Amino acid sequence: MNLRDVKEILDAEVLCCEDLLDREVTTCFACDLISEMLLHVQSNTLLVTSLTNAHILHAAQVMDALAVVFVAGKRPDVNVIKKSEQSGLPLMTTKKLIFECCGLLYMNGIRGNLEEYD
Amino acid sequence: MLNDSFRFTPHITLEFKIGEKDFFIAGESASRVKKTLQQLGMKQEIIKRTAIIIYEAAMNVAIHANHGTLKVYIDPEVISIITEDKGPGIPDIELAMKEGYSTASHEVREMGFGAGMGLPNIKQCSDELDIDTKVGVGTTLKAKICLNNKV
Repeated sequence: MNLRDVKEILDAEVLCCEDLLDREVTTCFACDLISEMLLHVQSNTLLVTSLTNAHILHAAQVMDALAVVFVAGKRPDVNVIKKSEQSGLPLMTTKKLIFECCGLLYMNGIRGNLEEYD
Repeated sequence: MLNDSFRFTPHITLEFKIGEKDFFIAGESASRVKKTLQQLGMKQEIIKRTAIIIYEAAMNVAIHANHGTLKVYIDPEVISIITEDKGPGIPDIELAMKEGYSTASHEVREMGFGAGMGLPNIKQCSDELDIDTKVGVGTTLKAKICLNNKV
């Protein structure tokens, strides 16, 4: 599946980097804690979160995330979107809540980027 | 950011000043050091661990201290990450090292930080960690990542 499929499945609106939606997605990580993201997210993972501040861009960069989906209709401010566009990180927003998003992505073959935390 | 001659320099120092509540320098310094390490051709696992330590350590200074510095020394055998701050210090290090323990403000938590994972994350990503703190004076944190399994 690619990011275009993710957009369809989550009924999401693309906020930037529309031209990069061909990126392949196989894994996802969903959470609202930056520390947890930093530690657990592996490269080329889709990030699902309700955090919309600019830290999410830095965290996504550090983690080499594939794209970020904001849940519950949340959207970052215009400067965050601009910066993300410049750094080539696609952003999307969906009205669906985090559990719904994860369930839909899982049903469509996306798996967690970490099975269990020990 | 770096020219090619930098690639062959065996010792590199990067320094960042961190002001009170200067939250963005944490992510920015982590991104910048990450780019440097990528240009030096470091392993991805080393880059990730270094970036996490920098992000968390600099964030701790921005959240808790009045001001401080972050220095990153890249040597052929070891990466040293050092934060020095003037601030309240840590009254109980053992407690601060516990996952979930946090004294961060509501504002910080709303940004997705302050979950009490900073120091535990730093410890997990370091090969050596030393914290020197004095209540009412400040804290110095030294973390090392060994590149050749020796310091």
